[in-house]
Amino acid sequence: MNWLLPPGNSTFAGDIDFIYYVILVITGIAFVIVEFGLLWFVIRYRRRPGRKAYYTHGSMKAEVIWTAIPAVTVVVIGVMSGGVWNQVKGRNAAPADAMVFGLTAKQFEWNATYTGADGRLGTADDFVVRNQLHVPVDQPVLIKLATEDVIHSFFVPNLRVKQDALPGKTIDVWFEATEPGEFEIACAELCGLGHYRMRAFVTVHTADDFARWMAEQTAAAAAGE
Amino acid sequence: MATSAPPIDAVHAGHGHELSFIRKYIFSTDHKIIGVQFLLLSLVGLFLGGMMAMAIRWQLGFPEGSMPLGGIFPETMVSGGVMLPEFYNSLVTMHGTFMVFFAVMPLLVGVFGNYLIPLKIGAEDMAFPRINMWSFWVAVIGTVIMMAGFWVEGGHSQAGWTQYAPLSADPQWTGVATGQQLWLLSIAVLGLSSILGATNYITTVVNLRAPGMTWFRLPLSIWSLFITAILVVLAIPILSGAAIMLFFDQTIGTSFFNATAGGQPILWQHLFWYFGHPEVYILILPAMGMVSEVIANGSRKPIFGYHSMVYAIIAIAFLGWIVWGHHMFQSGMNPTLGMTFMISTMFIAVPSAIKVFNWMGTMWRGNLTLHVPMLNAIAFVAMFVIGGLSGVYMASTPVDIYIHDTYFIVAHIHYVLFGGSLFALFAAITFWYPKMFGRMMSEAWGRVHFALTFVFFNLTFWPMHYLGLQGHMRRIYDPSQYEFLQHLSGTNRFVTISAFLLMVSQVIFAANFILSWFYGKKASENPWNDNGLEWSTPSPPPHGNWPDVPTVYRGPYEFSSPEVEEDFLPQHQKLPGDLEPEAAGRGS
Ligand SMILES: [Cu+2]
Ligand SMILES: [Cu+2]
Repeated sequence: MNWLLPPGNSTFAGDIDFIYYVILVITGIAFVIVEFGLLWFVIRYRRRPGRKAYYTHGSMKAEVIWTAIPAVTVVVIGVMSGGVWNQVKGRNAAPADAMVFGLTAKQFEWNATYTGADGRLGTADDFVVRNQLHVPVDQPVLIKLATEDVIHSFFVPNLRVKQDALPGKTIDVWFEATEPGEFEIACAELCGLGHYRMRAFVTVHTADDFARWMAEQTAAAAAGE
Repeated sequence: MATSAPPIDAVHAGHGHELSFIRKYIFSTDHKIIGVQFLLLSLVGLFLGGMMAMAIRWQLGFPEGSMPLGGIFPETMVSGGVMLPEFYNSLVTMHGTFMVFFAVMPLLVGVFGNYLIPLKIGAEDMAFPRINMWSFWVAVIGTVIMMAGFWVEGGHSQAGWTQYAPLSADPQWTGVATGQQLWLLSIAVLGLSSILGATNYITTVVNLRAPGMTWFRLPLSIWSLFITAILVVLAIPILSGAAIMLFFDQTIGTSFFNATAGGQPILWQHLFWYFGHPEVYILILPAMGMVSEVIANGSRKPIFGYHSMVYAIIAIAFLGWIVWGHHMFQSGMNPTLGMTFMISTMFIAVPSAIKVFNWMGTMWRGNLTLHVPMLNAIAFVAMFVIGGLSGVYMASTPVDIYIHDTYFIVAHIHYVLFGGSLFALFAAITFWYPKMFGRMMSEAWGRVHFALTFVFFNLTFWPMHYLGLQGHMRRIYDPSQYEFLQHLSGTNRFVTISAFLLMVSQVIFAANFILSWFYGKKASENPWNDNGLEWSTPSPPPHGNWPDVPTVYRGPYEFSSPEVEEDFLPQHQKLPGDLEPEAAGRGS
């Protein structure tokens, strides 16, 4: 049991985690002040016979202090968060050179669509692999996220990616993985009976590896038709 | 005396002939009886919601194990001793539904709104006693409709208490039709009950305050219940309207929320949370108000910064209307809105901090009497702070990307609603029990209950922060499906066992509550040496509350005033220098 985050393997994971740790420190300080303050008061000001409490209705100075400090603090956290938010989810956040993939959720699976040789979605050479999203490392990736039925949520804990898939809409999600490996995809939005087992994988390949995999799959897809 | 005409019913009923048993205890128009009726009904709701949580925890702690008492459920819910995922989803839905709509909300608003408002402002009853009676019986009808969902074909709703469309909008996605419709119907009916009650509260506070009870002599509990009632009147119709739209999607083929026919699934989320965030404050503001009463009483000191406390309540209620999007950062809503909602949400920290520091200021240099209500009230502050601070993580949009829809939010909401509202309710129930029932609850057993609840509450919910930070999604039936959650099975089991012990500890409260009703020590008029008007009439108060409505000479928190020998100075006590309120009476 600890308050550390598990390792993050995308370019923006570090920025997200940094804000988390800033908040952890700030809220940690507030937590200690309040909890130990309460405990101290309970011990220090316990009822003693013959003593009367200090009669006061408050202090304007104190009110100003404990209004101003939290206000300034949250503005700081807000401004810091805003920068990272824009970088991750802003309207035009995805880098222009991102490689495009499709990902379509349905009860209870994730279907990854690959562009084939032409590098474009929605053409005849597209092919689909169930529950397997293969991407290259150190390369921005743009995912066209959609759903066929209800709302699902595309969640890759290790990449710090989460985005709901909304019926009737295609939503852009981007990330750039920084390490090869296999990471789990989970569904994070209640979507029915099999929500708990709507599991898939992101496989992050080295560039060479990815090219080989892609060639294999493209050939297999072409042969299958 | 300068007092406006008391409600007709109260005059009739209070001072005249004897009422039949049915008119007195069943279809009563007495706000105190209605308050107690709401109390008994919502304690049952609380128990049911708790038992559902136990079943959920069993499944998460012991996913493969055969469920204790699993045999009493039909094969469609628990098969071969193992809970089915569809039943798990129903339980998750109904645990949230019961705790929000049938336990915490009626406990705070239905019980204490009814019981305290007339007694604390010096009114003989509510402004509309018959509407008040209806508000209770409509709630009973709503409860019956909701319960019926468990027995219909296909089982109860499985769409979560948030009812996200289109999962909730079309039976083909969950296989639930009737249960889903009953859920929506019940919520609409319950909404009517809430609106009836809240209109009454608002009218009563505005019109029926005793002579001398100016706005800034109102106890903070009444301020918070008054502001809450305004939130109820504004927020609940939104939910009712949305529920009716969803009901039509389900039954007559409209497509408000169904994308395949041109509807907008995200519209449901906007409507739901536009109600839902004010609802969060409906569930916490009355708790804050009542805790303020208990902390002033236990500290034997005036509330520190009374005016700031009032303005903070108003500020929270106002901010509550412009933050709903923080539930939807990852929903596909325009990311620019994410920025707006993040900033407005962050600012809620300000009035919340004002309240916390003022409670601490009230305790500072006090003469702390740690009676059972006070212990629970201090626990409220200590736990609410944790819930408030964990809220900052989710308000930060980038951090929310990671922890949204994980156990971190489950930890957060339980620190606010259990650690906050429910501890406040334990404080309130134990504080006003002697007034309600004329007998004291056992102080010793109250302490035992408090200590066990405090410990097991934290052992249950603190580790959920950790689960969330490890990425553990909420509302999943079997975490062992995922590789990255494997190492959490020990924590899940620990949480489950703590939750069981937490539930078992509540037996002490139930026993204390029931047995004290019959065997408790007789309560005096003012057992806590408090200043509020409710303590100036016998315990329990007669119908009509006072032979003559009291006059108010000062604010409610004059503890340890240098003007008198004792460490309290009731609002109705006239000191030599006090002037009678002007003939107009209840002025501003
Ligand atoms: Cu899903
Ligand atoms: Cu909210």
